[in-house]
Amino acid sequence: MKGRDDLRLLLVLLAVLAVVPAVASNLVINFLVTALIVALAAQGWNILGGIGGQISFGHAAFFGTGAYVTELLQLRLGWNAWATAPIGILAGALVGWAIGAMVFRARLRGSYFALVTLAFAEVMRILANALDFTGGASGLLLKLQPGAEAFQFTSRAVFAWIAIALVALVLLGTRHITRSRFGAQLVAVRENEDAARALGVDIVATKLRAITLSAAITAAAGVFYAQYFLYIDSQIGYGTWISVEALLASIIGGVGTVAGPVIGALALHGLGELTKGLAGQITGIDLVTFGLLLVAAIAFAPSGIVGAWRRYRGSRHRA
Amino acid sequence: MNYPPAIIAEAAVNGLLTGSVYALVALGLTLVYGVLHIINFAHGVLLTCAMFAVWGLVTFTGISPYAAILPLAAVFFGLGYLLQRYLIGPASHGDDGNILLITLGLSIAIENALLAAFHGDTRNIPGDFGFEVAPVGPMMISQPKMIAFAASLIVALLLWLLLARTDTGRAIRAVAKEKLGAGLMGVSVGHIFGITFGLGCACLAVAACLLIPSFYVNPRVGNAFVLVAFTIVVLGGMGSVPGALCGGLFIGMVESLGGLFLGDSLGQLGIFVIFILVLLFRPAGLFGARA
Repeated sequence: MKGRDDLRLLLVLLAVLAVVPAVASNLVINFLVTALIVALAAQGWNILGGIGGQISFGHAAFFGTGAYVTELLQLRLGWNAWATAPIGILAGALVGWAIGAMVFRARLRGSYFALVTLAFAEVMRILANALDFTGGASGLLLKLQPGAEAFQFTSRAVFAWIAIALVALVLLGTRHITRSRFGAQLVAVRENEDAARALGVDIVATKLRAITLSAAITAAAGVFYAQYFLYIDSQIGYGTWISVEALLASIIGGVGTVAGPVIGALALHGLGELTKGLAGQITGIDLVTFGLLLVAAIAFAPSGIVGAWRRYRGSRHRA
Repeated sequence: MNYPPAIIAEAAVNGLLTGSVYALVALGLTLVYGVLHIINFAHGVLLTCAMFAVWGLVTFTGISPYAAILPLAAVFFGLGYLLQRYLIGPASHGDDGNILLITLGLSIAIENALLAAFHGDTRNIPGDFGFEVAPVGPMMISQPKMIAFAASLIVALLLWLLLARTDTGRAIRAVAKEKLGAGLMGVSVGHIFGITFGLGCACLAVAACLLIPSFYVNPRVGNAFVLVAFTIVVLGGMGSVPGALCGGLFIGMVESLGGLFLGDSLGQLGIFVIFILVLLFRPAGLFGARA
């Protein structure tokens, strides 16, 4: 199976990445951690949007919930950060399940599904921005208390290693899903719902499992973001940027593939920095590239970087 | 919260007038959806482009924004035609999901290109266009908004006449109903798709000219309209012209009254909640036929 080669390659890549924090400057590590947070969020998106074919425009709803819940429990109830992290992930999963239960029962799919997820994320953004409980427009700032027991590290390298470990873990989990019965059912739902139903697949239950899992992973990215930057506001947590980047990284990397979101996120952020380096610090110039890249990817490389790599490998094998 | 009836009435009328421009934006969206069966996610950013175009014309040549309506509508018609025929159509390989993503990509690219060119500043046209008011009964109503209301209704009527009475309109309706059959009867489907998309963009150009006297422009201004327009379109039934009109007026009132009673940021919430509820419980809209 070619999938196995891709995975082995990616694990090697992650191992190489793991060396980087030990030798690189803080600037490089910062870039790496940010890209890996997006990679994690995209891995979550890919379960539902890639393998399951339900394209979401609103994964910010899960990212923001993870980030807000973990910060709120620490700030309002004084919990330890390590205890709040799993609760944040669970809360994200719960939001995913609740949205899925409403939306999938109403049989919304395709463009309707994309728009309704966007609307849910926007509702949460407006609420988080308006309520005093969530810090309103000024957001939430975690207290700086360096130390491993508070999930805060003076060395950024440690954060980078945790991020790499998380991404690797989800990578293995995703590979397991694609080979499981659940993964096969999910692909069947993506390819043809009526045919899948005729074969006895419970459409709503399968989609619900996918969105819950997907939301949990993206919420984990939000939890990690909150611990790394110690700050969250409605625009960061529930803004469209993370929904778009999670979607973009998966599509650029290779939608529905195990390795795609990670490769896509690294490529995307590398390209973003490159554009900024070439064009100077013009606001929005990196996002112009992202937008054009999305159009180009759909037009010329619908299976992303992973697909192009496989085609290249395939042509070499035949030669 | 006790407001005197006059203030509530004024808010309702203001909402109705703003709603007419929403309806115009939604009209473009619903037309494209009805014929091409795609959701044009770039609709909002194209409105931003049109508003920048009017702003530029008025600021640098000094013409009235209302004089810009016809030329700008023509330019945007052409732009929309080219965009659909030579970019969105070919790039999507005929897959609806791809079109959504392509228009998303376009909207990100254009919005940020505008941001890079004009920065995030909010701009108005010079002069005091926006402040002229006229008394209507006990209420003071903004003149540009009344003009916008009348013009929006005229455009909706023209659009309906075009669809109902002309050969092009008949071809558009044929393609909307049965693409393959229309193609076999000698209608060029790609051409009609382009024309429809162009008409959608022309609606935006008119809306931009009507909005600019009483509104502002910045690179993100279209976003405020796009989800409102989506809400109107699902409320009125995807593809329905009278639905978009009624939906627009209704949403304008909800936003205005919601803003009055709940404050501006929570007033917006009402629109999203309506959007979600309609999609969950009545996806064919209030006017649309049951799918």
